Amino acid sequence: MYNQKVLEAFAHPQNVGEIENPDGEGTVGNATCGDIMRITLRIENDVIKDAKFQTFGCAAAIATSSTATQMVIGMTVDEALKLTNARVVEELEGLPPQKIHCSVLAEEAIKKAIEDYRAKQQGKNIDKSNVEYV
Amino acid sequence: MKIYADHAASTPCDERVVQAMLPYFTENFGNANSQHFVGRDAAKALADARDTVAEILGCKPNEIYFTSGGTEGDNWALKGVALHKKDKGNHVIISSIEHHAILTPAEWLENNGFKVTRLPVDSTGIVSVKSLEDAIDDQTTIVSVMYANNEVGTIQPIKELARVAHLHGALFHTDCVQAIPYMNIDVKELGVDLLTISGHKFYGPKGAGVLYIRNGVKLDKLICGGGQERSQRAGTVNVPAVVGLATALKLSREELDKNNAHICQLRDHFEKRVESEIPYIRQNGNKQHRIPSIANYSFEFVEGEGILMLLDFNGIAVSSGSACSSGSLDPSHVLLAMGVPIEVSHGSIRFSFGKHNTIEEVDYIVDKLKETISRLREMSPLFDLKKGGTYNV
Repeated sequence: MYNQKVLEAFAHPQNVGEIENPDGEGTVGNATCGDIMRITLRIENDVIKDAKFQTFGCAAAIATSSTATQMVIGMTVDEALKLTNARVVEELEGLPPQKIHCSVLAEEAIKKAIEDYRAKQQGKNIDKSNVEYV
Repeated sequence: MKIYADHAASTPCDERVVQAMLPYFTENFGNANSQHFVGRDAAKALADARDTVAEILGCKPNEIYFTSGGTEGDNWALKGVALHKKDKGNHVIISSIEHHAILTPAEWLENNGFKVTRLPVDSTGIVSVKSLEDAIDDQTTIVSVMYANNEVGTIQPIKELARVAHLHGALFHTDCVQAIPYMNIDVKELGVDLLTISGHKFYGPKGAGVLYIRNGVKLDKLICGGGQERSQRAGTVNVPAVVGLATALKLSREELDKNNAHICQLRDHFEKRVESEIPYIRQNGNKQHRIPSIANYSFEFVEGEGILMLLDFNGIAVSSGSACSSGSLDPSHVLLAMGVPIEVSHGSIRFSFGKHNTIEEVDYIVDKLKETISRLREMSPLFDLKKGGTYNV
């Protein structure tokens, strides 16, 4: 059901883990739905120097996390904010229709991490997580 | 290495079964309803198969109806009785952990004006007799509870449940698809009115099943057409498949004790290692009342599809009751009915062993499973939270 590129990204995910004292972090998802993603970023002069992820979820969620982190490294935060899940899916050469929703998490986690970064830049710290534990 | 540990999904056809079937594809290919000598050969094979199945199940040959498999038997029993007896009552009772072959026809009945009660189960997946006593009323026409559950293997108190149904004038059907390979089932001793089995679960072919219908029980037909199966189930009988089913059932009875002992040993070894070597797991099912083949575990902080796929990469075939693998987003209805938390149920895997598996294969599965779970947990933010002491699911 998954194409070779997705299988490869799932089997050998890149950027797994977390950055210590990240400049931005974002956690999205819901354990009840079976998907939680946490992304941490290291940002210098508005350029993403490093990105790492931790994901609880299916193979599509893990593959899109890996690919999305690879895509944003080297981008400016403005560029990264424009990254859509459709672009991530395109990079993976497609996902089965019922798995498209899994790719939305990566986009949301990155946006959230950048919002966190910007909030920190403005000297305030916003809520870091909307994870719901049931 | 290629290891198949998904025998609850299907089993390989026994070579002796294949040999028994082969002549009925070519030289004895006839339609069992044809009057000529070619048809008579097929009719003889069909009659012999029916006698074999009847003898094993402890009933008369004219109580055996060949079907296309478990799903047809379940549909026919439930809808057939409910529709036939709709003037007597419109209440149907099933358990909440039935296979979809019962759940979905029950929903269909519900959408067509019937009242359906789904009996709850305890945390090990057992239906209480008391819950049936409480639910049954004079409108109840049929009660259907599976003998052994396909996800966790729990065995139900069928005899007692059937007795309660009969006390209230209802018929009792049991989906025996998962139980039949491992249990000496006698329909009279069990006291059921209808019973479904499927050939490919006991090393027989796919596309062949049996619905036992006790003489005197009336139900509507599901498939209308010609006069096959005493005009109750139309369609040219799949003679090779039926011959295969009967042969496989005979073999499974003859080798029952030997196979059960072997499979039990494999499962016990598997469970012992999993439970001592992998932390944060939950065994799903009942350790006393269960068929020997199934071990079902939830691995916390990870999702089933990832486990399934990494095991698959290592040549291990198992099954996940979890959301994503089946394409639907709903977690297993069986585990939820047993009270397994949703987020834990997402990480559940069913291992089901068979007569051809070996201890070496089981060890290989556990070794790869350990690696797989550690690897996915390293990726999981939930596991990290757990380590940090803030995990609060």
